[in-house]
Parts: sequence; C-alpha cells; structure tokens
Amino acid sequence: MNKTENQRAWFFVAPVLVLVAFNALIPLMTVVNYSVQETFGNNVFFWQGVGWFEQLLHSERFQAALGRQIVFTAIILAIEIPLGVAIALTMPRKGPWVSVCLVLMALPLLIPWNVVGAMWNIFALPEIGLLGRAINALGIDYNMTQQPLAAWFTTILMDVWHWTSLVVLLAYAGLISIPDAYYQAAEIDGARPWAVFRYIQLPKMKQVLTIAILLRFIDSFMIYTEPFVLTGGGPGNATTFLSIDLVKVALGQFDLGPAAAMSLIYFIMTLLASWVFYTVMTKNDAR
Amino acid sequence: MAKIGLRKLRHSYLTNPTVDADWAVKEIDIDWSDGGAYALLGPSGCGKTTLLNIISGLLTPSEGRILFDERDVTALAPVERNIAQVFQFPVIYDTMTVYDNLAFPLRNRGVDKARVDRRVREIATLLELDDMLSRRAAGLTADGKQKISMGRGLVRDDVNVMMFDEPLTVIDPHLKWKLRSKLKELHQRVRATMIYVTHDQTEALTFADQVVVMREGEVVQIGTPVELFERPAHTFVGHFIGSPGMNVLPCRIRDGGAFVDDCHVPLVEKLVSQDVAGQLELGVRPEFVRFVDDGVPAQVVRIADTGRHRVVETRAGGARVFVLCGDDEVIPEGATHLAFDPAHTGIYADSWLIGGGGPAQ
Repeated sequence: MNKTENQRAWFFVAPVLVLVAFNALIPLMTVVNYSVQETFGNNVFFWQGVGWFEQLLHSERFQAALGRQIVFTAIILAIEIPLGVAIALTMPRKGPWVSVCLVLMALPLLIPWNVVGAMWNIFALPEIGLLGRAINALGIDYNMTQQPLAAWFTTILMDVWHWTSLVVLLAYAGLISIPDAYYQAAEIDGARPWAVFRYIQLPKMKQVLTIAILLRFIDSFMIYTEPFVLTGGGPGNATTFLSIDLVKVALGQFDLGPAAAMSLIYFIMTLLASWVFYTVMTKNDAR
Repeated sequence: MAKIGLRKLRHSYLTNPTVDADWAVKEIDIDWSDGGAYALLGPSGCGKTTLLNIISGLLTPSEGRILFDERDVTALAPVERNIAQVFQFPVIYDTMTVYDNLAFPLRNRGVDKARVDRRVREIATLLELDDMLSRRAAGLTADGKQKISMGRGLVRDDVNVMMFDEPLTVIDPHLKWKLRSKLKELHQRVRATMIYVTHDQTEALTFADQVVVMREGEVVQIGTPVELFERPAHTFVGHFIGSPGMNVLPCRIRDGGAFVDDCHVPLVEKLVSQDVAGQLELGVRPEFVRFVDDGVPAQVVRIADTGRHRVVETRAGGARVFVLCGDDEVIPEGATHLAFDPAHTGIYADSWLIGGGGPAQ
C-alpha cells in the first residue's frame, strides 16, 4: 500500500497550539509548579511535594470558605433558576413589548461587575442607601457591614438582581422556539396550564436550562468581584467565598505555594461538578 | 360526530378591515353532513388553514357563526367543541411514551383508567403502533409521530370532527401514500366527519367525497372530484386541478356558437350573444383536445414525455394550449389544427362558467 504521507497539516494547526499553550497550558502548569514548591522570594524554590495540598485540605479556614461557597451557590441556583423560568413564562411571545422586555432584561447583564458591587454597596448602606434606609424604616435592624445575615442577604439579592436575567433570556429563547401547533394541540387535548408547562414547555427548555444551570453554577462558584466590592468578604469572614480567600492567600499573604494548591483544588472541583452535572442532564437524550 | 354548518363566516386578522383584501376569509356558507370526508383545497395563503382554525375554535371569526348539529359553537373554546386536529408538523409530547401520548387527551378529561387502557390499545392496533407503545415518542420517525397525532384525536370516540392541516407535508413520499390510504381506511371504519386541508390536489381528490376549492379567502367551487375535473365552475379550478391544468383561450360568441381565431368551435348548447357580458374565454382540458386536419389553427412548440402519455405544448388563439397524446398517436410538426371535444368545452365570462362544459349539468 502506498499511502501518501503529508505532514503539512501540523503547520496549519500550529497557531492554535501556540495560542492554547500561552493562554491555558503554560499558566496552568506554572500554577502546578508553584503548588509543589515553597519559596521565600529571590526566585529560590524548595521541593514541597503534596505538602500544601495536605495542609490545605485539613485547614479549617479552607473548609469554612468552601462551605460558604457551596451554600451560596446552592441558594442562588435555587432562586435564580425557578425565578428566571417564571419570568420567562410571563414574557410576551409576540408584539412590540417583546423588545422592551428583552432590553430591560439585558440591562443588568451589561453593567460591569465592580460597578454592580459599588452600586449595591451604596444602595444597601443603612444611613444613606435607599434599600438600607427602607429596610430600617420598616423597623428591621439592618446593617450589612456589621451583621453577617444582612451581608448574606444583600449579596444574594445582588446576585439575583444581576444574573436572573441570564436565566430569563435563555429560558425565553427556549420558549419561543416552541411552535404554536404545540400549544394548539395541547388546547385541543384539554391540557391544563400545569400539564402544558410540564409536558411541553419544560422538556423544550431542558437544553437551554442545562446551559443556564451550568453557567450559573460555574459563575457563582467563582464569584469574586461583586462580593469583594460589596462586603470585602466581611463582616469578619462571613462572606469570604473561595475566590476571595484565594486572593487573600495569594496576594495578601503572598503564599504562592498554598495559593497555587488552592487554585488547583478549586479548579478540579468546578470541573468535576460541571462534568457530573452535564453527564446526568444529557444522559436521557442518548436513549 | 356531527354535521357542521358555517353561516356567513368572515374573518380578518386586522382590527379594522376596510378593503376586500383585508379579509383572510370572505363570507363562507357551507353545510357538511355527518360522517363525510371533506377536503379544503387551495394554494398557500388562500385562507384554508384560517378556516380550519375557525372551525376548531383556535380562532374566533370576525363575523358569522359555526354550527355543530345546529348548535351554535362560535363562542366555545376548542376543548368544549370536542374536536381533534392534526397539524402540519407532528405534535408529540417528547418526554412521554407512545402509550402516554395516546392516553393524554383521555386523562385530561378524567376518563377512568380501565377505559383509557382499552381505548389506547384499540387505537394503537388500528394505527399499527401496538409494538411500540412503551417506547419514548421522541425517538419515532416523522410518520410514526404523525400517526400518534392522529391517534390522540381518534382515542376520544365522541369527537365531533377530525381535522387535518396538511398532515403529510413532512412525510417521505413513499410513506405518504401508505398514510393516505390509512387515513381513508380510518374514515371508513370510524365514520367520523373529517376535514382535510391541503394544497395537493392528489391528496384532496383521493381522500375526500367532496372538495372545497378556495382562492383568496373565497370558496370557488364545492364538488366531487369528478365534478371539479369535468365541470370547473371557475377557470382557477380548471388551472389548479389537473396536470397540466385546463387550457384557457380568449374567444367570442356569435350566432350561438363560440369562435376562437374566427374559427368556429362547436358546443353542446347554444349561447346567445346578448346573454353574455365581460371577458369571454373558452376552457378545455388537455385530455379533450385532439389534432385534426381542419379546426383551430395551432403551432406545436414542444413535446414532453411523462412516461404514461405525452404532453404537447402548442400555441393557438393567442394562448398556450396543451394537448395530451397517447403513445401511439402521431404528433404533427409545426403548423396544425386542433379540435375540442364539445361535451367538455366550457365558456367562461370573467372567469366564471356560463355555458357549455361537462356532462354533469
């Protein structure tokens, strides 16, 4: 057999390889490098093995941050997904109001993240902020700079305000792709609104909702800017989520080794959770 | 089952229709008897789907009434009218099994379990779906899905009317024929009133006892397939039904006879020139045109062989005239003459039939 060998393809793939190397592989491997070594500056490194990983996994500080992170992500997913679907269901399918609704929905998504944090910080201040004043006027003692519960409440409210729109837009895209005939057939079949939702709208939204949950999971799990600007992780460590903790370790204390180990654990957790979730959600489609 | 009456039905999608063209459906009066098979035939945008949705209750007409067994149902919702409708694209509930799909309309109406089971199995057998009852409906082929859509209509034995909105559009050609004969068979077995919307003349003519031909929101002719073929009431019907459609040539009426190009064309009945007004045309189907030595002068343009017969395109009397020829017939070249069968030659004034025409008078 005379098979023509042509290695020219490598030439065309090379730019991509270089690009991926510089924006993903090399930075990641640098982090791996740091995570197994100890440094005291001056570019002098000592081999550390998996020491940082062991130390980290046993550290109460890390466990606490991880716990807060999981609770936070669980709460915002539990609020944003149903709320987003509910809002998408009430949006008009046709007519001039469609664009109005879409623009209104897209607005929070267009605001830079640290601006969102700053906005809500001022908004929630008990003395001058509209929200802070209003809640206190209702007779509820509310001060997010001092009360952990108030800080959590504000952070969650801010995230819901900022990101529910994304779920709404995705769910809406799924909804408008359903042909009228489905609703007409359901009407003729005598389906009640709940059945229409359960058997037509929800199945048709499944794909986009999978994406929405994934995006919201990853984003909220990595949340940094907004709570950093809003509460700075406080009061105390009440809203110190994983990213905030990581930055404190890496840049505040300049402990590069532990920070690198933390990044890797963090990365693997996000990856694993996304993979498991995606596999479970798409499992049924194969049949 | 019910007989259906449409009374002075008009519909417009605009809130304030003014000119004629604003109306999607223009004043329709029809009576359909119980258990009949009817077809609404017409080109895209002629208002046939609008009319169907008005009957099913998905649309409320701007004017007029709909009667089911003399009962006014105009204000009733689709559920209350108790109808079934099959759409152009198969509608199935993806997450359910075939069984659950078929059971869905019954369960929604609170029918007891044993009866649901009996009906679903009965209909599944009828549609040859019994071996896939436990499968997920989403995995089926287009014709399987369309059968489920039909099945959801058939499970309810008390439906007033079953409606089909171009149900074979997305079906593969070789399955179309199968599904169409299935439909005809179903009609004979369940004896439900069925209305079938299509732009395909073959589907309409094979399915229906009576075909309603529509054009621009109006009914042009209602008749049996034979009537539509032999005696089109409007040149549009002549064009639309038949392949190729009816030939239409400008003509004049003189001394009780028709003249094309000053050449006399014999008719079965005499027409008096005073009785006729408007633009006059003569209509004759390609099946009833022959080549002769002496008649209307014509010029052969081209010949197309369709396998079963040959279609000869000629020019005569300032119009294009098709002639159907058998395989053994000799086709002249160049200049020749045409003769029209008097029994199948109609005279149209402003496109409407005024005289002559087929034997179904």
